Amino acid sequence: MVRAENITKRYRRRDGQVLALDGVSLEVAEGEFVSIMGPSGCGKSTLLMTLGCLIRPSEGKVWLDGRSVYDLSHEEAAALRLNAIGFVFQTFNLVPYLTALENVQIPLYLSGLPPSRQRERAAQLLEKVGLGDRLSHKPSELSVGQQQRVALARTLANRPRLILADEPTGNLDPALAEEMLDHLEELHQEGTTVVMVTHDPRLAARAQRQLRLVEGRVNGQSAAV
Amino acid sequence: MTTFRLVLKELRERKSQLVTSFMAIALGITVIVAVRTMSHFSEKAVAQELDNLGANVLILPKGATVSNYYTADFGEYVMPESYVDDITTSGLKGVDNLSPKLTEAISVDGQQVYLTGILPKNEFKSKPAWQSADGIFARPEGCGTVVPGSVAKALGGSAQGSSAPAPRQAVIEELGNTEVLIGSDVASRFGLKVGATLPIKTETFRVKSVLPSTGTVDDTRVFAHLHAVQRLFHRGQVVNAVEMIGCCKEISKGLIDGLNRLLPEAKVVTIKQIAQTQLSTNTMMERFSLIFLVIILLVGAVSIANYMLANVYERRKEIGTLLALGATRQHVSRIFFLKSALLGVAGGLAGYAVGTVLAVGLGPRIAGVPVLPLPSLAGWAVLLAFAVSVLASALPVVKAARLDPAEILREG
Repeated sequence: MVRAENITKRYRRRDGQVLALDGVSLEVAEGEFVSIMGPSGCGKSTLLMTLGCLIRPSEGKVWLDGRSVYDLSHEEAAALRLNAIGFVFQTFNLVPYLTALENVQIPLYLSGLPPSRQRERAAQLLEKVGLGDRLSHKPSELSVGQQQRVALARTLANRPRLILADEPTGNLDPALAEEMLDHLEELHQEGTTVVMVTHDPRLAARAQRQLRLVEGRVNGQSAAV
Repeated sequence: MTTFRLVLKELRERKSQLVTSFMAIALGITVIVAVRTMSHFSEKAVAQELDNLGANVLILPKGATVSNYYTADFGEYVMPESYVDDITTSGLKGVDNLSPKLTEAISVDGQQVYLTGILPKNEFKSKPAWQSADGIFARPEGCGTVVPGSVAKALGGSAQGSSAPAPRQAVIEELGNTEVLIGSDVASRFGLKVGATLPIKTETFRVKSVLPSTGTVDDTRVFAHLHAVQRLFHRGQVVNAVEMIGCCKEISKGLIDGLNRLLPEAKVVTIKQIAQTQLSTNTMMERFSLIFLVIILLVGAVSIANYMLANVYERRKEIGTLLALGATRQHVSRIFFLKSALLGVAGGLAGYAVGTVLAVGLGPRIAGVPVLPLPSLAGWAVLLAFAVSVLASALPVVKAARLDPAEILREG
């Protein structure tokens, strides 16, 4: 489904260049659940965003469903993110002045769905994650766990086939982290491709395949039991 | 969710920050509307005063002089009445209050008075060739002229002359073939009142109206229909003066040259002092308003640009999230442009309302004239505030649309 081909990413800094990715190649098959582990600053997030059409690599190519994503126009790449990719952010990134329902409506609004259909679908999704009674609450009126579930419902709004999760449990206590993993596993079982970045080996172990990134290079691969 | 709803919710959420930039644009428009409304009525009042000074362009027969005109003694100097047709149909711009006159000395009870033939306005309307010539009585704005009665109305109907304007000031609406208007001196000297009869040469005329005192030679005149005077004196279709009010701007743009070219056999005289006073008054008002307008709009624009830049910076994470979720740059631009447009429209409406209240309330004290609301300014106020707000937001909007979502999301 998604394939990175020898990608390198260099950032320019005032004191010179920083090499974030150093010739990374990887392939994630349709319906696979892959975790990427590694110490802080090893390039995990850069790799994830490169796979999600957000960071153009300095060298190399990224293919999604056979299309080279960085050869697409700005609008085509945006459409790809809107319809095929779902991001799960560590800090949830909910819009503070919108209610839970409205936050989930955002991807549906961006894809041009009429407001009534947006509300219907968003309410269903929130119901599914157990927040049917919190539709008109703003993020500040929700607990961390509830915010996490609103963010997940938003990620799922346009039924993405690829979920890219960047430290999805980073801000959660162990119980909520477990709950998040349960959701990701459930999605994986439903056929969604999941790529998750984490520094927690215990959570990484729940993926089908684990990759280890050290200093911008893929160091080790192991197949889960 | 719609873009409009998204923008409204964000506006409601951050009211306190919004207030300063809203105030900036609303205050700017307030000042502009207040100044414009007051100056509109003050200009009209000034224009009426200037109108009382009379015509600023005279067309006289070739040999006649301005002193012939002021003493009403033209001797044998005449010119064809058809000159009026020529001017009316010439398409010359800035011609207003055209008034042809033929003056003859008559004797009333053994005393000499002047009988002046004038052409009432309804005569102009009845001529097919002049049907399209409404412009000559349109009295365009900024010409130092006013529509008779309009200021009187604004002044509560107390202005003198609104019912029977002196011929020096305005063209008489209607005058029958056997009717006369008489100056105040003539009326008192001969004890004439409205409805009285006045024999002139072989005919008898009815006094239609007694004109208010003007302190000019008009007070000692009797006015009759131009064609009646021509008939009484067997003059044929001639006049000895055509008075007109030339729009001041057009006078400086070649109206006089145009008239000279059109009527080579006549003498075109500009009454410079009057024209110059009108011109300088108007120019001063316009320049003052323009400088004021530009400064105020700049202040409003800077304030809005500043607010929008801060707003974009504050919402970086939200913009980054939207872009990551699949928003295009156009989506992001639309959100911020709609916000600035709403700000502009609301600021324009509020500015119009407050500015009008200020002008109506303070006008009489500041400008010394009664001031009424000018509804036509509402549209301009909103349009101006909208344009300023949207233009001032252009840079912040471009900045928002060009944000790199990856960079923002990596900030955490």
